Amino acid sequence: MSEETLVPHAQRTSLAWAISDILTIARRNLLALFRIPTAVVFSILQPIMFVLLFRFVFGGAIPIPGISYVNYLIPGILVQTTIFGAVGTTIGLAEDLQKGLIERFRALPMSRMAVLAGRTVSDLARNVVVLLIITGVGFLVGFRPSGGVPAYVAASLIMLLFAYCLSWGFAYVGLAAPNSETAQAMTFPLIFPLTFASGIFVPVYRMPSWLQGFATYQPVSQVTFAVRNLMLGSPVGSTVWTSLAWSVGAILVLAPLAVMRFRRAA
Amino acid sequence: MAEWAVETEGLVRTFRDGEVRALDGVSLRVPVGQVFGLLGPNGSGKTTMVRILSTILRPSEGSARVNGFDVVHQSGDVRRSIGLAGQYATVDENLTGFENLRMIGRLNHLERAYVDRRARQLLEDFGLADAANRTSKTYSGGMRRRLDLAAALVANPPLLFLDEPTTGLDPQSRQDLWAIIEGLVERGVTVLLTTQYLEEADRLARQLVVLDRGRVIAEGTSAQLKERLGATVLTLSFHSVEDAHRGAEIVRGVGSAEATIEGTVIDVPVDGGPAAAAEALRRLDAAGVQVAGLTLREPSLDDVFLHLTGHRAEEVTA
Repeated sequence: MSEETLVPHAQRTSLAWAISDILTIARRNLLALFRIPTAVVFSILQPIMFVLLFRFVFGGAIPIPGISYVNYLIPGILVQTTIFGAVGTTIGLAEDLQKGLIERFRALPMSRMAVLAGRTVSDLARNVVVLLIITGVGFLVGFRPSGGVPAYVAASLIMLLFAYCLSWGFAYVGLAAPNSETAQAMTFPLIFPLTFASGIFVPVYRMPSWLQGFATYQPVSQVTFAVRNLMLGSPVGSTVWTSLAWSVGAILVLAPLAVMRFRRAA
Repeated sequence: MAEWAVETEGLVRTFRDGEVRALDGVSLRVPVGQVFGLLGPNGSGKTTMVRILSTILRPSEGSARVNGFDVVHQSGDVRRSIGLAGQYATVDENLTGFENLRMIGRLNHLERAYVDRRARQLLEDFGLADAANRTSKTYSGGMRRRLDLAAALVANPPLLFLDEPTTGLDPQSRQDLWAIIEGLVERGVTVLLTTQYLEEADRLARQLVVLDRGRVIAEGTSAQLKERLGATVLTLSFHSVEDAHRGAEIVRGVGSAEATIEGTVIDVPVDGGPAAAAEALRRLDAAGVQVAGLTLREPSLDDVFLHLTGHRAEEVTA
């Protein structure tokens, strides 16, 4: 047995500890990703299939006036990819809850919100990597954005921010689900209307009129318009500001909900 | 240092809007520096108790102090002074043994250099040094429990909650874990242990509380509990139910408590062991009742329960 009885507690402010806890949890989540590479491979394969499906199968049937369909499609697919990536937050938290890890964390003197923040931060890091890969795939299948590098980077940051803010909502779903399998299924009714009744794959004006209002102003469409206009060098109008407003609004509502749920979850 | 490691007063915890009373007014005191056993079957409230004391759940009514800190109002201080391991706390199977301990150490806000040193030492102490760099997914059940216990010890807490630490383990792993727990207590750690096994409580715990349906139904040393029951249980089986009932009448004077009858089998708590068995056989033979089988065994938790509550432990599974 170790005879060490004096335990050196490092001295820091509570904010510094909260950040340290978030990084510890995020690091642990990322390590797990490296340990189960098949899960990562499949999470990248899915958006690649979407790119190929719409570029080569459906794309020919969707005429877009003024630009090639691939230039229309790829910015939207990137937005969809980051949102699907944020669903990982649901699965990760539901699994931790099911396996009893959350229980252990709750008995530790760590920051209360670090389990959630660490999870959303590691999912953001994963999303950055997936975004880079799908961008590469986009270029391979003929995507040629003309908006310039700064606008391209700004567009990427806008969608990553939106996905990050949304992931707090997915955190709530993960904590509320009875198990990890159900958790994933619970996210579909949320993300399908948002990603498919949107301007990601087809122009909104070709949808029935009763759907156009929703499909135009819902957050995913606004983010898609902002991203597409920035990448293609078109006028962005108010879309950038509405995207940022949706993001800030989402995290202001969803993060407290998730934290409250975490305090109750057992 | 607080006088009691754990002190609870009328602890109540309800679930589903009061429909289920998992704890129904539990008051207990756990002295510093020994193993205290919470004994009871599934659903008796043991795990709820541990979860409240480790600040995971809030009590519905009543109060609890752990190491002198209130579990509701001073939960941060409680968390800094306890370790939790057992069936519900767990290790991260995607991390190696070392990474698991390092993560828990960092989340306990300990110095990096100390955490690394402490993690290596604990892995060494618990026979996990060779497996330190393997993901814990590859560990056997016994290794996982040892890693789980090591994680609870990284911050060197004065009080450990062990929730059914050996449930589901093979006999050898159970012995290993018992030896580790005994070593900890020798070094002055207080352990609150929950278990379904009388044998485990008997071996480790100096004092015991028996829980049934969220209430304390008995307390004392395990010797005291067994005294109330008789040192051994004599089980006799007969060829018919009528014979079993006659047999129970005949051996009445031999047992230290009333015999219980189940079909053609009767259980008689006895003090004398083999001598009592011989006496029982003599009486049955004299009365002309044929005995089909006989065994002598240590009383189990089930026997304690049957004796204390009149119902078997399995019946109360929630």
